[in-house]
Amino acid sequence: MDPIIILQAGVATGTVLLFATVGEILAERSGVLNLGVEGMMLIGAMSAINIAVRTGNPWLGLLVAMVASGLLSQIHAVIAIQFRADQVVSGLALNFAAVGLSLVFGEGLSKAGAVALLPTYTLPVLYQIPVIGPIFFTKQSVMVYIGYLLIPLVWVYIHRTRPGMHLRAIGEFPGAADALGINVARLRHLYVFLGGMLAGVAGATISLAVAPGWFSELTTSGQGWIAIGLVIFAQWDPLRAAFGSYAFGALRRLILDIQGPTVLLGLRNPFYYNPYWGFFLQMIPYAFTIAVLVLGSREAVRKRLGAPAALGLPYARGERGL
Amino acid sequence: MTVVEAPAERRWRWPIEIRLEPRLSQPAWLGFGVSLGAVALALVLGGVVLKLVGGDPVRAYLYMIRASFGNLGVISDTITKATPLILVGLACALAFRMRLWNIGAEGQFFAGAFGASAVVLTPLLAPETPSIWMIPAMILAGFVAGALWGFLPGFLKARYNVNEIISTLMMNYIAVAWNNFFIFAVWTEGGFQMSRVFPKTAWLPRLADYAKEIREFRGLTAHLGLVIGLLAAVIVWWVLFRSKWGYEIRLIGDNPKAARYAGVNIVRNTVLVMMLSGGLAGLAGMSEISGVVHRLQGAISPGYGFTGIIIAWLAKLNPLAVIPVSVLFGALILAGREIQPSGVPKMIQGIVLVCLIASELMIRNRIRFIFRPVRS
Repeated sequence: MDPIIILQAGVATGTVLLFATVGEILAERSGVLNLGVEGMMLIGAMSAINIAVRTGNPWLGLLVAMVASGLLSQIHAVIAIQFRADQVVSGLALNFAAVGLSLVFGEGLSKAGAVALLPTYTLPVLYQIPVIGPIFFTKQSVMVYIGYLLIPLVWVYIHRTRPGMHLRAIGEFPGAADALGINVARLRHLYVFLGGMLAGVAGATISLAVAPGWFSELTTSGQGWIAIGLVIFAQWDPLRAAFGSYAFGALRRLILDIQGPTVLLGLRNPFYYNPYWGFFLQMIPYAFTIAVLVLGSREAVRKRLGAPAALGLPYARGERGL
Repeated sequence: MTVVEAPAERRWRWPIEIRLEPRLSQPAWLGFGVSLGAVALALVLGGVVLKLVGGDPVRAYLYMIRASFGNLGVISDTITKATPLILVGLACALAFRMRLWNIGAEGQFFAGAFGASAVVLTPLLAPETPSIWMIPAMILAGFVAGALWGFLPGFLKARYNVNEIISTLMMNYIAVAWNNFFIFAVWTEGGFQMSRVFPKTAWLPRLADYAKEIREFRGLTAHLGLVIGLLAAVIVWWVLFRSKWGYEIRLIGDNPKAARYAGVNIVRNTVLVMMLSGGLAGLAGMSEISGVVHRLQGAISPGYGFTGIIIAWLAKLNPLAVIPVSVLFGALILAGREIQPSGVPKMIQGIVLVCLIASELMIRNRIRFIFRPVRS
């Protein structure tokens, strides 16, 4: 129960949520709610390990996971953007279809045996920083470092660049963006695609790095839904999303590790001697998500922050509405 | 003879233009026809995937029809599978009418199963209690447990505007872990991951129980839960379309602003509808536990709660239409158990919902194909 080790593993676990959350932030900022994250993550995890087993190349697995989840997200994009259907039902539909497809194509994968994983690195110099070094820069998967790069990149993109301003515009007031010559439908397709790709990356990060293997629906065990909750907690901001993701990652690790030692804080460890209490520990991430949503929505009311104004609303030129 | 020159700019364009024209009125048969087409398309797409993974879709589908409607015995099994589906389908249809996205029927199903089991296993009632008291107590406990599981997301939605999609979904995982604790630690039978079998007084009567009087009933599994489901469908239909409360629920769903101006109490209705929805899903859990499984164990649901969402949508949120649609999905789940790979029923359900939501475009719009020359 070394706190450094728990936090180190927590950062790796949290990276999964980070990719999924940032991807959903991009989609929702453009005005499209995509509830299919869990399913797209499963497709990503399944295709990543499937390709890695067949070819022995985890990088190819990662690439295929990105493309597969990105293409799948376009089903939702077409139905939500072109057909202007209800985005909640369409997202759920995508989710169910994706879960089913991943189960069908993943049949037998759990018995695949050893598979080449994505490499881990220790960053020179940085790893020597006390506390920070061992947690963030020692023996972490390459995906963790990609995650570090993604956070500032997406923040700067959204808040400081012209395309980022267009992204915010089509999510807040697509009518005005359209009048300025921005192609609302095309950009929304693009950001839903990016969101899908990142969900695929999140899935591949599970099956090829953080918790290697294929365990059918248990591979993600609801992390896609937690990511959608985190987007609300993060108030559509990648920095807050990163904070939330790593905190959740550490929590998940702590729950796994707390049952190990016989002595906890100098006392008999009740979780070791009552292994069935583990079921209550399992509930914590889900209960915590609900708690975080309560906190997030109260803060949103106080600061008058909120979702992108056009979130979940289809845009049709010339019709009344946003 | 003069030759008319084509204009200098020759731009290639699609020979067919697809134009959507919003329908002003919809013929009555349209919704039904389009939904039927969507399900057919979904079965074809599912067949293509089945072919891709090396299966034989035609044989698989023929097998599924025989395995679910082939003789009286399997028809009865299909109806048994449809029983919990009717109740969760109603739970979803009711909540969706108010545009309250209860995705948590699965968790409420587990909560209901827990509540009903608690009556027998705690035990709240002695095992010798006659059925006439035992069964109603279990029904009540299942309904209340499901309603409580729905109360929290409903309350958080009404009071703090917490997104009910996420909260109901999180409650699913909590319900499964809660049940597992009791299966593994409290009510375990000899270390196995299941409780002891309920006394006969806690079993919903099955058709097979009357085989002595009526020979044809021998081996038929359909149980009294079906009657509970049918009654619930009629009651939910009456509440939604014939009562003032149902009018309020539909008004909130169609136009929340108008509902607020009309003085409808949205906060109270959110909590109440969520609880009633949860209670219906809880009844499904009770019916499955008491009518089929006869004990509390882990694997009591092949995702009934999620199938309920698809059923509600295919039934166009009409409580009476939920009944026949549930029979179809009951058949899919029953026959799909023996189809390899094992994910096929779930996949087909998902594809059905995708096709269904996409097909709504054709209900709302008239689709016109306009043919024109390739070059302008």
